[in-house]
Amino acid sequence: MGNAAAIPAGSAPSAKKGSSHSAHAAPPKIVAAAPPRGLERDPLVLNNRPLGWITDTIAGVCEKPMPNWWWPAFIASFGGMMLMATLVAYLIATGVGVWGLNQPVAWAWDITNFVFWIGIGHAGTLISAVLCLLRQRWRTAINRAAEAMTLFAVACAGIFPVVHTGRVWMALWWLPPIPNNMAIWPQFRSPLLWDVFAVSTYGTVSLLFWYTGLVPDLATLRDRANSKIKQLLYGFFALGWTGSNRHWSNYEKAYLILAGLSTPLVLSVHSIVSFDFAVSQVPGWHTTIFPPYFVAGAIFSGFGMVLTLMLPMRALFHLEDIITVKHVELMCKVILATGSMVGYAYGMEFFIAWYGGSPYELYAFKNRAFGPYWWAYWSMITCNVISPHLFWFKKIRTNMVIVWIIAGFVNVGMWFERFVIIVTSIHRDYLPSSWGYFTPTWVDVFTFAGSFGLFMTLFLLFIRFLPAIAISEVKAVTPQADPHHPLGGAKEHHH
Amino acid sequence: MSATLTKPVGLLAQYETPADLLHAALEVRNAGYKKWDVYSPFPIHGMDAAMSIKNSKVGYFTFTGAFIGFFAGMIMIWYMNKFDYPIVIGGKPLFTPLFAFPVSYEMTILLGAFGTLFGMAFLNRLPKLYNPLFNVERFKRATDDKFFVYIEAIDPKYSAESTRALLEKTGASAIEVVED
Repeated sequence: MGNAAAIPAGSAPSAKKGSSHSAHAAPPKIVAAAPPRGLERDPLVLNNRPLGWITDTIAGVCEKPMPNWWWPAFIASFGGMMLMATLVAYLIATGVGVWGLNQPVAWAWDITNFVFWIGIGHAGTLISAVLCLLRQRWRTAINRAAEAMTLFAVACAGIFPVVHTGRVWMALWWLPPIPNNMAIWPQFRSPLLWDVFAVSTYGTVSLLFWYTGLVPDLATLRDRANSKIKQLLYGFFALGWTGSNRHWSNYEKAYLILAGLSTPLVLSVHSIVSFDFAVSQVPGWHTTIFPPYFVAGAIFSGFGMVLTLMLPMRALFHLEDIITVKHVELMCKVILATGSMVGYAYGMEFFIAWYGGSPYELYAFKNRAFGPYWWAYWSMITCNVISPHLFWFKKIRTNMVIVWIIAGFVNVGMWFERFVIIVTSIHRDYLPSSWGYFTPTWVDVFTFAGSFGLFMTLFLLFIRFLPAIAISEVKAVTPQADPHHPLGGAKEHHH
Repeated sequence: MSATLTKPVGLLAQYETPADLLHAALEVRNAGYKKWDVYSPFPIHGMDAAMSIKNSKVGYFTFTGAFIGFFAGMIMIWYMNKFDYPIVIGGKPLFTPLFAFPVSYEMTILLGAFGTLFGMAFLNRLPKLYNPLFNVERFKRATDDKFFVYIEAIDPKYSAESTRALLEKTGASAIEVVED
């Protein structure tokens, strides 16, 4: 594939026909040359690194002792996680009143955080599933860490709706569909119950997909293990993987099917999250644009977080030959595309609020932009509508520091988007007598800050113990892995 | 440990490039062997055809799981909200496949994914934590950067000499007897 025989310009039509195996009667001359400059694809692994180098580099990250920055980073993250745990314990012991939410804003900081974290997760599944189906081979360098990020983001997300219910100890009893003490079943006409199924399915399937991808790499770590305990643990989870081609055949099919299942899943999950709002009657929530708008926003925020994590990882572990500038540029382009969709959705919402002719709807939108929460709205617009358009410029896309900063803006902006949708819609609905203003308490703020601690703790442990890049998949997209490429050992007149 | 390994169970040949492996696989298949396999750190394009492996059957397991998931979801919701304890809420129907769809859809994907993973494990007979190939030191590089062909001694065409000769002819860089 990589280095196909190019036909010299000028003799195009006849030469093209000749190239297809008709070796009879004076075959036209085919010159095996590199494609013209400009049509060449950049290699996915730079500097023609050998296969063994790829194994050593990626496996080396989790085999060598962690670099000096790891422990301070881990301790800080662990501290954040403990802060969150303490504040959740305080909430459970005291009551939901320690948070700032109250009527009319009964969903506030907590559901904002839930939607924020769930959205972050979507990039992982998009990279692993959607880009797999679209045969975007560059995904291999980033899919593993992005999928891990998905799992950890879903873990952070799951905490908020569970603890916001107050009597958390009932969760095991009201999450699965079992009857209550009056023998009444959960009622499935509510989108909140759909959400329970969507998020738990999403978490489970993401875990299965991630684990399936990990199996061959766990076998690599098992075979490289320098201690009995490592060999046992990696070996146990590698299931006895040998790299047999009869296994690869079933494995590849299973992976493709999982990608096919996860693609509609990722689109459905954030659609269902948006139903939590769209199925209600609240002005500002009751709109049909929500499902696609939420999905685009989720992918936008997720890629923001992938870049936020991946750029430091790339620099600190010297993975520049595997996560190349081209990878970063492509991710910037996804952010640009989804950011444009999000910007379009903001504009369309306003248009429909005016065009739809409902005074309540129009008021909800005027109130968003110019009411008491104007600062949240304009933070959102600045971060989500303006900042991604800097990625039109190649100079900016290839400057790692600026990309990292813009990715940070995307994260901030998408948190504000959820805050704007949730809080500004319900703080003033139909009756002015029941209007209010929500202010977070310190518990709100630090619980959210602590959730980043949980997220980073899990991510740091992940890069400590598991290969952060899919080793076998990166190898498979190199020319050395292609049996029809000279670097893969192909000889002339041979295949 | 090696003192207890006495029974030869097959021949393992090492190759240096995927092209050599593909070529060797064609030769072994054409020689009529049945109990053999190739090992590589990543799936190799064209290898399934070279080994005459048929399309994987994982899809049947996925379909079974997905089918059960969808109808389990529909029947569960019908049973809970219409049959066992009907309650009218907001004048909505007690059951329609429309509001039951999101949950049934998620269950389709959930059980479909489990079917895929367990189906793949079943077809591959995994987990299988012991394998005589793990006794071979050089086989550790099958998950790194080397390529192997393994022909089992239980294959009717196997003979210590002719099989070795075939593997030598295909350009193996090393040939080793696997013991169990």
